[in-house]
Amino acid sequence: MSAPKGKSDSARAIGLEVSLAIAEAVKLAEAEVVAAYPITPQTHIVEHLSELVANGELTAEYVPVESEQSAMSACIGAAAAGARTFTSTSSQGLLLMAEMLYIASILRLPIVMAMVNRAISGPINIWNDHSDAMSVRDCGWIQVFAETGQEAVDLTIMSFRIAEDPGVLLPLIVNLDGFTLSHFIEPVILPEAAEVRRFLPPYETAHKLDIQNPLSLGALGGPEIYTEARRALDLALTGAKPRIQRVFDDFAKVFGRQYKLVETYRTEGAETILVTMGSISETAMTAVDEMREAGQKVGLVRLRLWRPFPVEEFRAAVAGAKNLAVIDRAMILGFPEGPVATEIRALLYHEKNRPHMTNFILGLGGRDVPRSHFKHIVERVRELGASGRQGRYELVGVLE
Amino acid sequence: MSAKTIVTTEALMKVGDLPLGLTVQPGSTVDFKTGDWRSALPVLDREKCSYCGFCYVYCPDGVYQDMGPEKYYKPDLDYCKGCGVCAHECPKKCIQMVIQEV
Amino acid sequence: MIEVRFHGRGGQGAVTSAELMARAAIGGGKYAQAFPSFGPERRGAPVTAFLRISETPIKVREKVYAPDVVVVLDPSIMNVTKVDAGLKDGGVLVINSAKPAAELRKSFGFKQKMATIDALRIALEELEAPITNTVMMGALSKVAQVATPEQVRGPLEERFGPGLAPKNLRAFERAYEAAKAEG
Repeated sequence: MSAPKGKSDSARAIGLEVSLAIAEAVKLAEAEVVAAYPITPQTHIVEHLSELVANGELTAEYVPVESEQSAMSACIGAAAAGARTFTSTSSQGLLLMAEMLYIASILRLPIVMAMVNRAISGPINIWNDHSDAMSVRDCGWIQVFAETGQEAVDLTIMSFRIAEDPGVLLPLIVNLDGFTLSHFIEPVILPEAAEVRRFLPPYETAHKLDIQNPLSLGALGGPEIYTEARRALDLALTGAKPRIQRVFDDFAKVFGRQYKLVETYRTEGAETILVTMGSISETAMTAVDEMREAGQKVGLVRLRLWRPFPVEEFRAAVAGAKNLAVIDRAMILGFPEGPVATEIRALLYHEKNRPHMTNFILGLGGRDVPRSHFKHIVERVRELGASGRQGRYELVGVLE
Repeated sequence: MSAKTIVTTEALMKVGDLPLGLTVQPGSTVDFKTGDWRSALPVLDREKCSYCGFCYVYCPDGVYQDMGPEKYYKPDLDYCKGCGVCAHECPKKCIQMVIQEV
Repeated sequence: MIEVRFHGRGGQGAVTSAELMARAAIGGGKYAQAFPSFGPERRGAPVTAFLRISETPIKVREKVYAPDVVVVLDPSIMNVTKVDAGLKDGGVLVINSAKPAAELRKSFGFKQKMATIDALRIALEELEAPITNTVMMGALSKVAQVATPEQVRGPLEERFGPGLAPKNLRAFERAYEAAKAEG
């Protein structure tokens, strides 16, 4: 969120666990079908949604399925019937759901999912990193990362509008860090129901199963059509980018909170720029403040949109930086850099004035990410930039 | 494109012509006479037929039609593939599979 | 910004204490965050929870490494955990114990200010149950000046309902009146 929190906002803010706030946002969005299977650390979201449905506060069909694969299958069916559909999962649950994610996107069904990011086992681990999100990087869904509870709420509401935009019609994942965001009690402003209804009218679509106008969804796509089908999906996903920003802008007009696809923080004149995604960005901002106070020319670029990758916006955000420190919350086993860094290095390959770039991997499996990590990174990236040694990840705080 | 080699492609449709979500209009098999490769066809002896409906129920392609007042079931030979399930299941053994000369 | 670390055992309400304090602060117009040190949840296991309260927005999600206040809900935890780890020099320990502060200081070598309160006795008298978290919230609120009984009333009512909320509020108030930092 770029705009500072105003006084009127703090008066309206309530202290709420972020998971519950997301469930309340789904209620405000008037989702019609929720099909989900509980898994730590996502559980509180769907638990609260089932309460809201049981209490009659949310008029929706809550489908308590027997697995995540079934959850996504039920969501696909519901969205294909034209219902506003929500689900949520994490880690191993996502892996069980994975095959259906690819179906939802090719069928162009605007399902919204909160992915409460958790490390993929093993060793078995319930804590936060981005290895689950990265495992479905190419599933054809729009993917955003939330930094704060407020942003998780706002993105959830905006997600339905983005996904259901007739010029988009794609499923969307809202990523939020497990525990370090999902289980925080923090100030959250829940928008007024009437305002949300105005911003997000009921989902009406012609792209649905209708007995009056029958059609088949999910037909075979053989060698004579598969290439064109994948190309069409890529064009749809890439083409969604300006429409996502437009929804962000419309949201700002109604609710006063302006979001961008890529956010910059104190990048003016920055020699070294950190690149982050998700809830560590707040800690990184404070670290940047402290480093700036100590006279260091450090800035921060935060990726809010991950898919489609905001190529032009990102290039503009890091233009002029001497050193780039790209932070990953997951590893690519058997490759010298993490997933975010790999992509950014590829994007910068053709730039005339490429910054020195180093990849730092941290916060794996719930390991705490304190401000000192970012300060260490800035020192290291400066050393490495000067010596020209690049292209291998560094694990911050690893004991070896 | 200036490349000289002509790309051989099996592509059926242009990217931009694909329907949203790859939907398919239903009932398209109506346009195909799926029984045209049949090698045997069912022939009914109406004298022995008791109008029990087993052929109608068992036919995997649903080609049998109830003839109502005429009290028998008639296969639609445009779609019958000649599998012989009807003849096998008929309790009166009144359906014969007859080899078709092409 | 005031940073607080809670030590307790699973089931004693350390996490609830941090949450209710954050909600009270936010309800009072401040900024706050609360979160547990997440782990497999089981009754009796040592549990840590964190709380930050500030006049300005809080932009940090790391654990609390240098607390201003440490709250010990369960006296036996001091035998297995170094509860004053990282505590600021000007910080304060708020401990549930029937023993005088001087005795604990001698046993555990605490350097900072201390406030002890016999939370178990107050809990047994007011709640008729050995659940000390709201008592300790009262002691913390007084010692660290982070909330008044009026500010916690709402969160307590929401959490405990009309039956238990008044008892919890009384437990809170007794500790709020009695707690005093010394040393």
